[in-house]
Amino acid sequence: MQRREVLKAGFGLGVFGTLVGAGVLQPRLVLAARSQENAFKATKLDEALKALGADGAQVSDQIVLGAPDIAENGAVVPIEIESKIPNTEAIALFIDKNPNALSAFFQFTPEALPRVKTRVKMGQSSDVVAVVKAGGKYYMTKKEVKVTLGGCGG
Amino acid sequence: MAGPMRIRAQIQGDVVNVRALMSHPMETGLRKDSSGNTIPAHYITEVVASVNGKPVLTAEWSGAISTNPYFEFDVKAKAGDKITLKWVDNKGESQEQSVDVK
Repeated sequence: MQRREVLKAGFGLGVFGTLVGAGVLQPRLVLAARSQENAFKATKLDEALKALGADGAQVSDQIVLGAPDIAENGAVVPIEIESKIPNTEAIALFIDKNPNALSAFFQFTPEALPRVKTRVKMGQSSDVVAVVKAGGKYYMTKKEVKVTLGGCGG
Repeated sequence: MAGPMRIRAQIQGDVVNVRALMSHPMETGLRKDSSGNTIPAHYITEVVASVNGKPVLTAEWSGAISTNPYFEFDVKAKAGDKITLKWVDNKGESQEQSVDVK
């Protein structure tokens, strides 16, 4: 699947080049394309889940979502996600009430363990949703984080 | 570009725990400055982690990742292996940093 996408991207480059040359596309926009670009652009959680193909995700207790109950500073909220589901291929992190729900999408090879930890911004109290893709199926878990001071207003 | 990337790789049994701190403003494009002008989006869109040059983990990010991103993960590696992190942002800027596992 991925190799096919890479090949397709290769074939597409000629067209991209022409469009860039014609000034239709800004080069930086081409560079910025992520594999889940449509899901990143979605504003609402359900739209983002759908764009990812994960709208039917099954609730699982095999996903460990580490997040604080209360975040005093919404600009720096530590989030840790670990999947105990065999053959985990990807983990997606959504913040329901952020302007764009999808915050991060991690893809794993068998050489990496399905655990990641990072820090995110949260504009307000919200559900944090972790989605795991394993064996072609989607699983999810969520946790509410209360934010004392929003992290998107600067 | 602000400072360099800081990476710490620590052997924990048969895996290596990697902790990285990148230097990046991570502007969402939604904030306004004091005179009301929108601050343009400027954030890391992709991070690729490699072991001895072979990609093992990819992270795609939005501007919701905090300023100066922290990223921790575990890879199957051993002493002497080289772990490399490379990020690319929405302006096409990039930074790459490697660390040898000891």
